[in-house]
Amino acid sequence: MKAPAFAYRRPEELAEALSLLTTEGAQVLAGGQSLIASLNMRLSAPALLVDINRIGALRGIEDREDGIRIGALVRHVDVLHSPVIARQVPLLAMALPHVAHMAVRNRGTTCGSLALADPSAEMPALAVALNAEIVLEKHGDRRQVAARDFFQGLYQTDREDDEMITEVIFPRAADDEMFGFAELARRHGDFATVGISVRARHTGDALENLDVVVFGSEAMPLLSPAGPSLRIAADATEPMLADMAETIVADMEPMENHQGRADTKRKQAAVLLRRTFKDMQSRAFAGRGNGHG
Amino acid sequence: MGMADLHSIAFMLNGKSVTADVDARLHLADFLRHTLHLTGTHVGCEHGVCGACNVLVDGRSTRSCLMLAVQVDGAQVETIEGLTASGQIADLQEAFTARNALQCGYCTPGVLATAAELLNGEKPTREEIRDALSGNYCRCTGYHAIVDAIETVAGKRQGGAP
Repeated sequence: MKAPAFAYRRPEELAEALSLLTTEGAQVLAGGQSLIASLNMRLSAPALLVDINRIGALRGIEDREDGIRIGALVRHVDVLHSPVIARQVPLLAMALPHVAHMAVRNRGTTCGSLALADPSAEMPALAVALNAEIVLEKHGDRRQVAARDFFQGLYQTDREDDEMITEVIFPRAADDEMFGFAELARRHGDFATVGISVRARHTGDALENLDVVVFGSEAMPLLSPAGPSLRIAADATEPMLADMAETIVADMEPMENHQGRADTKRKQAAVLLRRTFKDMQSRAFAGRGNGHG
Repeated sequence: MGMADLHSIAFMLNGKSVTADVDARLHLADFLRHTLHLTGTHVGCEHGVCGACNVLVDGRSTRSCLMLAVQVDGAQVETIEGLTASGQIADLQEAFTARNALQCGYCTPGVLATAAELLNGEKPTREEIRDALSGNYCRCTGYHAIVDAIETVAGKRQGGAP
């Protein structure tokens, strides 16, 4: 099908974009890799598209005092190849190869992915896992929201219609942190049926205080409430790691759809978790390190 | 529905400058095919899944169904017609023919755009070629021949054995 009619503006300044967003039915066009697909399928009908691609202030990955800033025009391909991200936010670098396909990564943006809150998307899950901060701006106002409070449900976020995400700030990885990421998709790069990400602290003889997020199967990223009390000991056996995985998936509420039943997805998540725990254990205690410097 | 929202654009297409007035809702693939009659760019799914419409925008492979025509204002766009005329992917096209890496040919322009970008970088491994191709559907070949053809060219361009 073809997109419905809409008006289009391409401001050069952020202030003008924010002013245009006060128009009824206005929507931001950044990478457009989900938005234009939904227009082509007539799943959305904005009155006005505000194309932010010429606004220079929204570009750039910056290593700042408050963390690593990713502006609203930073594309997945930029994150994938950024030395700053590889060094300071290694979990993002680990997950990026799973984000869509080359041509889509060439245009799609980190902040656009956060704003859409597709349940299968990696960026919302990682923002929750790493406790990132999302900056929202509208005409005459700017606020910062923790990613853990931003996502509210299936495609539902704390963002108001006249607000846009201008940047997201990821905390720098600490030296004692280790990360794991895995997902299951029908075709590499396609929307994940289920995915998991793990952050842990290396305490010498164990990986402790786990932040585990399960996504894809859930309406919104699930931060496991059991994570902080779990530990991957250097000598933990595979059945022990499998038990940990079972504890985590007990809190899942998987959506049933063509990709599988709820119990199937719970089982798939448990397998991904067990394998990732095992992988992190061998990286942590076989002297191979985290793969980042 | 509302009236057309026309915008003037100027951009480089296959090395030549083009100006046009386009409706905001027109996507790049339809603009190339219907307005400019460059029908080498194919439209498969029209929602970003199949890769048949891939073209190069500023040197990067891009789904032309997921970009509005108005957005290429100021950009450099290369379609299969330009990539062919310039000879820059002649070796790829030859390898595709030699290795039977196409059958019906519907996906081929998009696959070649992907391969053109991929081969601008360092010599890819077979795994990296497969990963790059994960965004292009081919329903005829089963992909092995396509991977073989790209791998052969990658080897030759580096001056070594494939």
